[in-house]
Amino acid sequence: MSPVDTSVEDPMSTSTPVRTPEGGAPPHSAEAEQGRVAGGIFDPKALLKSFPDACRKLDPRVMIKSPVMFVVEVGSVITTALALTDPGDWFGWAITVWLWLTVLFANLAEAVAEGRGKAQADTLRKAKTDTVARRLNGSAEEQVPGTDLRIGDLVVCEAGDIIPGDGDVVEGVASVDESAITGESAPVIRESGGDRSAVTGGTKVLSDRVVIKITTKPGETFIDRMINLVEGAARQKTPNEIALNILLASLTIVFLLAVVTLQPFAIYAKAEQTMIVLAALLVCLIPTTIGALLSAIGIAGMDRLVQRNVLAMSGRAVEAAGDVSTLLLDKTGTITLGNRQAAEFVPVKGATAAEVADAAQLSSLADETPEGRSIVVLAKEEYGLRERHEGELEHAEWVPFTAQTRMSGVDLEENGVARKVRKGASGSIIAWVRERGGTVAEDAQRLTETISEAGGTPLLVALEDAVGARVLGVIHLKDVVKEGMRERFDELRRMGIKTVMITGDNPLTAKAIAEEAGVDDFLAEATPEDKMALIKREQAGGKLVAMTGDGTNDAPALAQADVGVAMNTGTSAAKEAGNMVDLDSNPTKLIEIVEIGKQLLITRGALTTFSIANDVAKYFAIIPAMFAVAYPGLDKLNIMSLHSPQSAILSAVIFNALIIVALVPLALKGVRYRPMSADSMLRRNLGLYGLGGLVAPFIGIKIIDLLISLIPGIG
Amino acid sequence: MSPVLAGVLQLLALFVALALVYRPLGDYMAAVYSSTKHLRVEKWIYRCIGANPTAEMRWPAYLRGVLAFSAVGLLLLYLLQRAQGVLPKGLSLGFHAISPDQAFNTAASFVANTNWQSYSGEQAMGHAVQTLGLAVQNFVSAAVGIAVAIALVRGFARSRTGNLGNFWADLVRGTVRILIPIAVIGALVLVACGAIQNFAGIHEIGQLTGGTQQVNGGAVASQEVIKELGTNGGGYFNANSAHPFENPNGLSNLFEPFLILVIPFALTRTFGKLVGNVRQGYAILATMGLIWLGFTALMMWTEFHHGGPALQAAGGAMEGKEQRFGVGGSSIFAVATTLTSTGAVDSFHSSYTGFGGGITLLGMMLGEIAPGGVGSGLYGMLVMAIIAVFIAGLMVGRTPEYLGKKIGTREIKLAACYILITPTLVLGFTALSMALAGPPDSILNTAANSVRDSGAHGFSEVLYAFTSGANNNGSAFAGLNANTPWYNTTIGLAMLLGRFLPMVFVLALAGSLAEQRPVPETAGTLRTHKPLFAGLLVGVILIITGLTYFPALALGPMAEGLS
Repeated sequence: MSPVDTSVEDPMSTSTPVRTPEGGAPPHSAEAEQGRVAGGIFDPKALLKSFPDACRKLDPRVMIKSPVMFVVEVGSVITTALALTDPGDWFGWAITVWLWLTVLFANLAEAVAEGRGKAQADTLRKAKTDTVARRLNGSAEEQVPGTDLRIGDLVVCEAGDIIPGDGDVVEGVASVDESAITGESAPVIRESGGDRSAVTGGTKVLSDRVVIKITTKPGETFIDRMINLVEGAARQKTPNEIALNILLASLTIVFLLAVVTLQPFAIYAKAEQTMIVLAALLVCLIPTTIGALLSAIGIAGMDRLVQRNVLAMSGRAVEAAGDVSTLLLDKTGTITLGNRQAAEFVPVKGATAAEVADAAQLSSLADETPEGRSIVVLAKEEYGLRERHEGELEHAEWVPFTAQTRMSGVDLEENGVARKVRKGASGSIIAWVRERGGTVAEDAQRLTETISEAGGTPLLVALEDAVGARVLGVIHLKDVVKEGMRERFDELRRMGIKTVMITGDNPLTAKAIAEEAGVDDFLAEATPEDKMALIKREQAGGKLVAMTGDGTNDAPALAQADVGVAMNTGTSAAKEAGNMVDLDSNPTKLIEIVEIGKQLLITRGALTTFSIANDVAKYFAIIPAMFAVAYPGLDKLNIMSLHSPQSAILSAVIFNALIIVALVPLALKGVRYRPMSADSMLRRNLGLYGLGGLVAPFIGIKIIDLLISLIPGIG
Repeated sequence: MSPVLAGVLQLLALFVALALVYRPLGDYMAAVYSSTKHLRVEKWIYRCIGANPTAEMRWPAYLRGVLAFSAVGLLLLYLLQRAQGVLPKGLSLGFHAISPDQAFNTAASFVANTNWQSYSGEQAMGHAVQTLGLAVQNFVSAAVGIAVAIALVRGFARSRTGNLGNFWADLVRGTVRILIPIAVIGALVLVACGAIQNFAGIHEIGQLTGGTQQVNGGAVASQEVIKELGTNGGGYFNANSAHPFENPNGLSNLFEPFLILVIPFALTRTFGKLVGNVRQGYAILATMGLIWLGFTALMMWTEFHHGGPALQAAGGAMEGKEQRFGVGGSSIFAVATTLTSTGAVDSFHSSYTGFGGGITLLGMMLGEIAPGGVGSGLYGMLVMAIIAVFIAGLMVGRTPEYLGKKIGTREIKLAACYILITPTLVLGFTALSMALAGPPDSILNTAANSVRDSGAHGFSEVLYAFTSGANNNGSAFAGLNANTPWYNTTIGLAMLLGRFLPMVFVLALAGSLAEQRPVPETAGTLRTHKPLFAGLLVGVILIITGLTYFPALALGPMAEGLS
């Protein structure tokens, strides 16, 4: 037994905002949760706050990036010019105002999405105070500004110091307050060597002294990159977003064509149209709803990850997350609780379970490892043995667990009777019993093998008293699968995602846990090379692979995976190699990342479908309004029986503008996502956004028309 | 039997006949395009044209083959018409050389598988042009269409290669192994029905009313069969399939739509076979079939239902329809011909009710994909499927993919270019024609003289002409005198651009798809072989087309139909 877990972080104390199937999350994380999820909810006040930004975005050089909205802006300019030539025409002015509002609403959506990131960036900037670094020059120390540090410099940090830049601890161990970037107040341990060596500039050393080797240039540190990312400054359009933009641009061209060619047709029909009406028709037809919200959806998708303390280095990675078909999950901490727990006391022939429990409890009192604690807990829960404290027992000589002896126990002397109990790895205990001339029960060997085969870890319990030294029984230690994991993997399977458990355990143990957890496959006795080979094999089959990792030896696999989530506790190499960093270092979050990726794509698809379906109603409003004079028969198309031609056109334009504002919250929050099969998801979303998109504008335009007709002097 | 019941029974018979040959023909075509053997006659042809039929081509090479072959065909056909005046009388029937603009228009029309005819067959084209020029293009332009569709299918079926097969092999096989054998059988059936097949000259016969009439002979049955089978549509005679020599009786009137529809529908089976999943083919078939049946039902309804005592007494809108075929047979024919790129007519679309005319227009505006022209229908439908997958596929939370190929930036760019071409040509040229026409009383403008009828119907005629040209249909709305330099040239351009520009994008798309590695299907993949997807595809097609042409349709057939 070698539970060398130096982490002070409870694997369950991470904030998992959406759902925590593990159940018993500690209370402090539940609070943190509420604080973060609140960021995902749309605040109407944000609209007002973002107004100046929205106005700044009216610059045509900015607008051209969204071809659809650029066309609307050009249309607005034209109608403004026309309205100015005929200032008495209320209709021209009304259309002009609403066209400008359409552009403004689109900018507002983007500004609101960006605004949320800005607030976060400001918090981060506070962490980026100018620090003075204590650079080591040979053995001497010199004070230099943090901005002067170069890669490879060694700096010293002691309790109370702010770490001046990103780097790896090369000497010492310290507890560090990383709340500046993670929002998590519990300190974490950072130590040289191993997988917990990375420190981030701007965090604070709370105890001890460490020497840090700087690994990034000033200005390119983790906090700098984080600020850029959340502000959207480094945001590039993702492949799918570009493709969608192309489709929207081509639809815009089609409608531009339909409207431009309409004028000669109209002249022939002796129903020449004004430019204002044509501009209104064009704006109503081109996919403004999705065009206006597309970039907000992308920003909000990244933002949703940030809310969950995950930093995606590129939007591409977020999109790829939605496409992932294989998830590589580390067993420890992701699937199981991270340490083995006692599940059963099995007596050898001639002993009773109660005897084993008693001896096991006594021998574990001095064992502070999680396994040792779990033995005490099991003895109490199953056999009602009250926990005894070290001071309670007289003449007790405690033998604590060490990695060398691989056993723990106690030597007691009660009423002159000496009793020695030990528990530990079977080899050590057998040796201990034999040393004392005792006997090892024949079935002890068989029991340990049975437990091993079932995927558990056997610990032997031995006693030496007046009768002599002998083995009493076996403690069955089990990896405890987190609650709700099986359900979660079932969901993933329905979504078409295969889960592979990665573990260092032997194949037997791995198989047992894999079956219990319900993962699709497992990789036992996994080396970094095995992991890499598995990823390449999956990718060769065209699959996208996601994984988490923290160690330097994970780095190649993290880089190879399509979605590589590095734990913030991990090494700098791992963080460099992955395309996402989880500040909470919670491997289970990979599943949420996949869901966020999917949600992002679904939101885009839903609003595109909605936007296109909307056009049907707009035609039924505008075409009769334009041509019912020339061809009275076309009035039959006015199925909404709109009040007057002008009110019909104006209602369509107003609806077109207002629907953008109405959908901003949806764009920012993302459409509701539940894991289900592609078929049921398509059916549901088509019904909601396809049929909904067809019907909603008929109702909306009619209502607006009714309101307009109430205004005196119109129509 | 009431005319309505007769119409429905005819549709049912057609449906059953198509269903019977669907699998064998589809499987046969799949075997033809994946076979490694060459027939002796094929080897001889390859030697003549100096092609190596086993050399794999990447998309630019395939495209060069398509364009070079079509350009040569265009030139030869143009020269043949221009030289008609100097041919011996046995070959020219004494007709003069065709004027340059009309010769260009006709050459473009037949090479582009459109068969728009601004000439009148029996008064302009002799045996040589008809049989050596037009009939030959009827075969090969159809084979080119199928070849391009097969190249796109290979793009889906293959991975990690840019190779799309060999154009020359696909062209020759399509002609030799598919079109010619079916045409031979079909021609015999038509002759049995009463279509003529000879090289006789012009007969002058006396009419009942005392005048005389010239009646041409010709190799009509052989040209008729490929006119339908290759979704060409260029009639031997001006009256096209309303002419008794081309379409003698009710049986031939049902057999001809069968020939029109049989290859485009069966190609969906070929597609399913070649991509290794016949159910994917069935989904495309269902989409095409749904639109075809829906349009036919609507057409019958609007034509039978037409109000007015005279029309009701006739059992529907009989104006412009043959007594031999009635409303039902004519409706079936009109829908089949406009939902494919055929354009053969057995009745005059101009005389249909306002809505009926609108249905023929809308059929073409869909891009002729239900089931569409031979080959062009399939690739047009697959491009629409890509668009549908892209829009709706996002809603399952994955980057859209179709048949295991990701629809990324490059693919959507090419598909978007494809769907932009025909609306640009149709609306652009129509607007130009209307703008140049000015008011109908303008006299100096050539185009204006063409617009004989005024109002919404007159507009429909021009819209129909360019819709028919750009979509390679070739049927005419009648009423419009299109034999003017303006229309000959612009419609000629619309036909060529409407045929070959889409092929450029289709082949580029095929190349791009073939290079991808396939994405394995999982439970999270949008399943494109399900009824839900077929329904979605129908919706996307109708909405995209509807939105594009709604204003134009409103000012034409809708204004007429709703008045």
